[in-house]
Amino acid sequence: MISGYLITILITIVIYAMLAHSLNIITGHAGQISLGHASFFGIGAYTSAMLYTEAGFPFWISVPMAAVAAGIVGALLGIPCLRVRDDFLAITTMGINFVVEAIFLYLPFFGGAMGIGGINLPRWFGREMTKPEYLILILVVFGLLLLLDRRMGRSWIGLAWASIREDEQAAGAMGVDVVRFKVLAFILGSAIAGLAGGFYAHFLTFIMPQNFGFGQSIVILSMVVFGGIGSRWGPIVGAIILGVLPEVSRPIMEYRILLYGILLLGMMRFQPGGLLGPESILPRILRRSVYGLRGQG
Amino acid sequence: MSLLEVRALSKEFGGLRALDGVSFTAGEGEILGIIGPNGAGKTTIFNLISGVYPPSNGEMSFQGESILRLKPHQISRLGIGRTFQIVRPFQNLDVETNVLVAFGHRYYPSLWKSSAPFRQPGILREVQTLIERAGLRPYTKQLAKNLPLGFKKRLEIARALALRPRLLLLDEPSAGLRFEESAQLMELIRQVLDEGIGVLLIEHNMHVVMDLCKRIVVLDHGSKIAEGSPEEIRSNSLVIQAYLGKET
Repeated sequence: MISGYLITILITIVIYAMLAHSLNIITGHAGQISLGHASFFGIGAYTSAMLYTEAGFPFWISVPMAAVAAGIVGALLGIPCLRVRDDFLAITTMGINFVVEAIFLYLPFFGGAMGIGGINLPRWFGREMTKPEYLILILVVFGLLLLLDRRMGRSWIGLAWASIREDEQAAGAMGVDVVRFKVLAFILGSAIAGLAGGFYAHFLTFIMPQNFGFGQSIVILSMVVFGGIGSRWGPIVGAIILGVLPEVSRPIMEYRILLYGILLLGMMRFQPGGLLGPESILPRILRRSVYGLRGQG
Repeated sequence: MSLLEVRALSKEFGGLRALDGVSFTAGEGEILGIIGPNGAGKTTIFNLISGVYPPSNGEMSFQGESILRLKPHQISRLGIGRTFQIVRPFQNLDVETNVLVAFGHRYYPSLWKSSAPFRQPGILREVQTLIERAGLRPYTKQLAKNLPLGFKKRLEIARALALRPRLLLLDEPSAGLRFEESAQLMELIRQVLDEGIGVLLIEHNMHVVMDLCKRIVVLDHGSKIAEGSPEEIRSNSLVIQAYLGKET
């Protein structure tokens, strides 16, 4: 039997992977930097928590609504963000994160600094879901999202995103409606982050504003960059490694942040494209070892 | 009816008048040369026609309809393709994908159609044909950033042709190219003309302009100073003055 501790870590990692994946749509596919992704994670978590505790909606409605709410806010905030690029976009999205966190913190409606408690795991078959079952549920959902991502990547939408990422002006001259496809990326990325927020709230059973601050946004962005921005599996690998790291480094508690920092610095120095990025050394080594084995066999 | 009509077009950047009341027309399958010293406003005209920024004043129409308030993607979908003075291929995409992006102009207007896979045999065949015409067949799977300048310029033309344009705006296609590369490019431009596609050509290389164009517009300091056949332009005193300065 897998221990409860392990299940908890696994669920956390899948939620982080979902977040990294959703940011990858905005930053990796469409090339729009965002330093405020945790705000959509938070909007999803709060939407789901409020609908569940205040309005009495079941998990199966509150969590999809979390995705819808985050997607709508993503669209509304995405539109002003379209007027700015690169470093200005980074600052704007960062500002959005501070505003969203402050709203959760200072409006009594959202529970203030005390947050919201009393959120439960979903019920099915007349009983509350167990944690291993919950893990399977979010894994299935994440799997579906990855299938959708693959389909998008092979569609004209994926192509339009790639062209915007490469060169906005040239993309426009090729008939790509830059505004529309950017907003689409913001909506999708925010909605998936909101979904992850819903799952997170029902798993933790208690949320507070600090969970969705700027620091959290940086953690998500680090996972994407560490794993390989723009690649499908990179952000997931990033989420796994950076998610496991704090757990395995428990014995050296005091040095955890140091280790984290060194890892990121080393990564940027030697593998700026990320672990699974386009010019990364890892896929090459893997390929070579696979061919090597075949050669001997 | 003329394909493109530009009337009294002006553009100011802050206090700087980049373009001052320029008018001209371009016909179907015709190649019109636009020349002038550096800073004359040539690229500004292209950016106005392709919708990068709106004009301060004036009127522009394509196939009889005003394109004044249209966005770049709308103008390109109408059938105006362009290349850039400083080449702008999608550097980290391969040659085939670069051309594919432009083929998507039929799908982008509808989100539903845009969600279809882009690798369809029919389209890939058309892409191959264009790549072959541009002489880039062996480089189909090469990333654009790894191509030499001359190939990048031909890739830009192939990409613009994928829009099925009626009019092509070419911004200094031969700049920075060796003689042979430039000759290949001129050959490609001639083929384009044979298909009945109109071309506006900005060019500093006078051999290329005089050779390809039947009609030339000359700009200086944002104003049109002359228009006519290559012979007329060559002997026009205003043009000689603009390029060489006044005799003292």
